Amino acid sequence: MEITLIFWLVPSLIMFCCGVYGFITRRNMIAMLISLELMLNSVDINFALFNRYLFPGQMEGMFFSLFAIALAAAETALAIAIILNIFRKVKNVDVQGLDTMKF
Amino acid sequence: MDYSQFLAMKQEIALLVVFLLVFLYDTFMPQRSGKGLPVFATVLMLIATIGGFCSCCLGGTCSLSAFSGMYETSAAIVAIKNILNIGVVIVLIQSIRWANGPDMAVRRGEFYELLLVTLFGMYLMISARHFLLFVIGLESASLPLAAMVALDKKRYESSEAAIKYMLTAVFSSAIFMMGLSFVYALCGSLYFETIYINLAAQMSPLLILAMAFVLAGVGFKLSLVPFHLWTADVYQGAPTSVTSYLSVISKGAAAFALLVILAQAFGTVYSQVWSWMLYALIILTITVGNLFAMRQRNMKRFLAFSSVSQAGYIMLGVIGFNGTAMAALMFYILVYIFSNLGAFGVIQAIENNCGKVSMDDYKGLYKTNPRLSFAMMLAMFSLAGIPPFAGFFSKFFIFTGALAQGSTAMYVLVLIALINTIISLYYYLLVVKAMFISPDESVIPTFRSSCSERLGMWIAVAGIIFLGIVSCVYNWLLGIGAHTAIFQ
Repeated sequence: MEITLIFWLVPSLIMFCCGVYGFITRRNMIAMLISLELMLNSVDINFALFNRYLFPGQMEGMFFSLFAIALAAAETALAIAIILNIFRKVKNVDVQGLDTMKF
Repeated sequence: MDYSQFLAMKQEIALLVVFLLVFLYDTFMPQRSGKGLPVFATVLMLIATIGGFCSCCLGGTCSLSAFSGMYETSAAIVAIKNILNIGVVIVLIQSIRWANGPDMAVRRGEFYELLLVTLFGMYLMISARHFLLFVIGLESASLPLAAMVALDKKRYESSEAAIKYMLTAVFSSAIFMMGLSFVYALCGSLYFETIYINLAAQMSPLLILAMAFVLAGVGFKLSLVPFHLWTADVYQGAPTSVTSYLSVISKGAAAFALLVILAQAFGTVYSQVWSWMLYALIILTITVGNLFAMRQRNMKRFLAFSSVSQAGYIMLGVIGFNGTAMAALMFYILVYIFSNLGAFGVIQAIENNCGKVSMDDYKGLYKTNPRLSFAMMLAMFSLAGIPPFAGFFSKFFIFTGALAQGSTAMYVLVLIALINTIISLYYYLLVVKAMFISPDESVIPTFRSSCSERLGMWIAVAGIIFLGIVSCVYNWLLGIGAHTAIFQ
């Protein structure tokens, strides 16, 4: 059986939806960050896939993936730094604690 | 490689030079001269702004592209960058006192470096003609901003606001990039030009999904309702200088960048796909922003919701989709910079002197600080759009620009926006009422604001009074809008 685009696309979309679901339901900030990573990675997979299967003559999608990976790394580093800063103050990484400002 | 293409990037290079000089000053100057850094950065930025205007006037033909079409500049783009530069100079002038405060001593340089890097990212967003460059610009505009929001390390609210901003920003950019991957699947390229040509032939459900994702992603940056929930918290928690930067410069740049991608990449599917999405977003944004602004007591939150509803008005310039509307959008951003920075200047002066940010504390401000309350009143009148001030003219032009498009739906939209203007008058005047009419004794003592704060407020007030009356400003932008190549 030939492996076609759809075999790859479905797992990538499942990853994306898992990421969205996790982002909305998780209460731990680190877990939320991991969910975001899932979403970003599924975007990378999508770009690589479309490039490989639909437009094999060029490299644009691959390069987008490369840059997106670097951006995701930068985002994680910064978010972890901010979470650490919060942890130093409240000894907790639970999003339920982030309620000093509301409405 | 042809190095002359870097000449197209004059403004970016000027900004990089400013950044490098600030960085070198911060790194190598002795500790005791650190207090000179804010003035140093402000003066450099002022020189870069004047240089930008000079190159705009002397340069002749401005339309150039670089990096095989990934980067492009034109008269309109140079003009919007100059407008943003003016705003940044005012923000820097207003923040001098805060940056020279005692707890900023170790991270004074970081504020200026991060600010200049985000401005560079916004430049790239505006000039990008390829979605890779656009995403890089978007990220380098939003990631350092999260660090700036977290700058006040000792205050818990600052970190809380930063993580809220960070998580929503990353979430929105993931959704945005997902949309881009669908666009890539449809068109086979990320060049705006190629997307524009290829989209004309096809109309698929995937395109609608992609468009919704792209609009949601940029909508987060612009804080359009329903993507606005981070706005109030971040504005309240961030240091006030950062808030004022976030509310005018970041919003103005994102609005213009959205105009460019919608016109240049998705222009062919205007009526089929995105005009209706944007239509609904505008109505929601203006109305919900107004309704939530009414019940705010904290001045920074209040201005956050007011800026949500102002973003809706700015979007009228995008949905108008013609040269006049674009000129009106640039004029609106310019006026919005002056009016909002006027209000933030007053808030900042009061916060620096006695730490009060609640609207209830502003009661009877006229008796103790008449000049401050006068500046605040002018800013509020301009934001609400009361005739002799610039805000009236900017609203008038943006409505005209939207109506130039000519459909019945647009008339309905402008009518809704007009009704909302009247609603917004109520809460803008609440502040004026608290300052002038309320009989209570003021809790804010009489104080004399510092030289830089006064200078910032004078510039903002001058802009509010004169920008509308001095018609050559709008004529200049209208001339640019009429000859723009953005609407192909």
